[in-house]
Amino acid sequence: MKLVDHFERGLAAPICLTWELTYACNLACVHCLSSSGRRDPAELSFDECRSFLDELQRMQVFYVNIGGGEPTVRPDFWELVEYATAHQVGVKFSTNGVRITPERARWIAASDYLDVQLSLDGATAEVNDAVRGAGSYDTARTAMRYLAEAGVRDFKISVVVTRANAGQLDAFAELADQHGAQLRLTRLRPAGRGADVWDELHPTATQQAQLYDWLVARGERVLTGDSFFHLNPLGASPLPGLNLCGAGRVVCLVDPVGDVYACPFAIHERFRAGNVRSPGGFARVWRDSPRFAEFRSPEAAGGCTGCAAADSCRGGCMAAKFFTGLPLSGPDPECALGHGEAALAAVTAGSAPRPSVDHSRRPVPVRIGGPTPDVAGRACDSSPLVGCGG
Amino acid sequence: MPEHGSEPASTPVFDPALPYRRSPQVALRPEPFGALAYHFGTRRLSFLKTPVLVTVVESLAGHADVHDALDRADVPTDLRHSYLAALRGLAEAGTIEPR
Repeated sequence: MKLVDHFERGLAAPICLTWELTYACNLACVHCLSSSGRRDPAELSFDECRSFLDELQRMQVFYVNIGGGEPTVRPDFWELVEYATAHQVGVKFSTNGVRITPERARWIAASDYLDVQLSLDGATAEVNDAVRGAGSYDTARTAMRYLAEAGVRDFKISVVVTRANAGQLDAFAELADQHGAQLRLTRLRPAGRGADVWDELHPTATQQAQLYDWLVARGERVLTGDSFFHLNPLGASPLPGLNLCGAGRVVCLVDPVGDVYACPFAIHERFRAGNVRSPGGFARVWRDSPRFAEFRSPEAAGGCTGCAAADSCRGGCMAAKFFTGLPLSGPDPECALGHGEAALAAVTAGSAPRPSVDHSRRPVPVRIGGPTPDVAGRACDSSPLVGCGG
Repeated sequence: MPEHGSEPASTPVFDPALPYRRSPQVALRPEPFGALAYHFGTRRLSFLKTPVLVTVVESLAGHADVHDALDRADVPTDLRHSYLAALRGLAEAGTIEPR
């Protein structure tokens, strides 16, 4: 059996586990995969987080990608990072930079087994802030400066490629070089709030072709998290990476309340395999979940049987199909050969599944006259930054 | 999906006539195909694609050189070339190192 077949049948433990630590976020990015905003009152406690990390150590999950929400707004975040790295679980965390002070940057520089991934979705404030919100570009650039000044080498600048920033790839690469950082490009998925903006923001076919060429030319210097294997039919050189959909096979997501999903782009009941709080914990979910068994069966190959390119794109992204209303056996909505457009045209408007979990902050109701309404009816409805200090 | 961080620092040319060992910064996780190797320093992930290769890598430290480790693991002569190629790759990734 080839290695890739082993991967598709599932491994003893994930290679790559994403852990969304909190749904709380100071930003409200229009494309947020996890529809984050408000803290969920049921999120894992500090002790539960530590037990989960103990389990990852036992299973030899060598590192975890921590995200959110904005993970650093959890008051116990840095302590959890220390706990993980002291227990042979390396950490890479994604942040918008809001909690990166000069002092914290020096702490990061002095920590082993810790990587930082800073999110930036435009090489200019105009492009970035249209997606991530006013002021977010300055926050990210300030954090980048602090990290570089503290000597944090090879931190990642993580960019979701959109129609608006696809022309800025060289500018992003230059920013990374200037900061001694590494550029990471990922795919815009129609997951979470991303479903609402995908039609207008996903790259055009021309941009996809340019992106593929750009990535091939850059090779392994640009990270992609295996985001773009659906573009492989565009040329003879496969992009660096495993080039397969790892959902539930080598990858999974644990959300802030402990629910285990097949991948970070699939927070939906259809892809939920269990909860780390249940008897047997995460290990049992990973090994025994019928949902994951389904994704690991030989019949679960990426679809598109009969297409000559199926071996190179492996049917594309399951989550992208699901949230655009396409069958999992059909083409990716951004199929490099153009089969996605025809398939999308056949989808009945409004029939695509909606994300089943939403922690977006609600708009503050505007009232004229009368007492100011208390919009923070529950603790978790208020800004996640309240009470977090500095 | 997995991503490696930085390239390993300069790696010396792989010489199977020298003594080697698994890097102390590398952990192995048993898998049906062999093992997953993770380097905590470079964040590089490697795949040991057969159980015999896992045995070889784990036993390197106890043998005078790489050839000796291959002999003791009963690697068939006709596969020797591909095992040496795999070990060269692991040396370049920093998974194994001269000792």
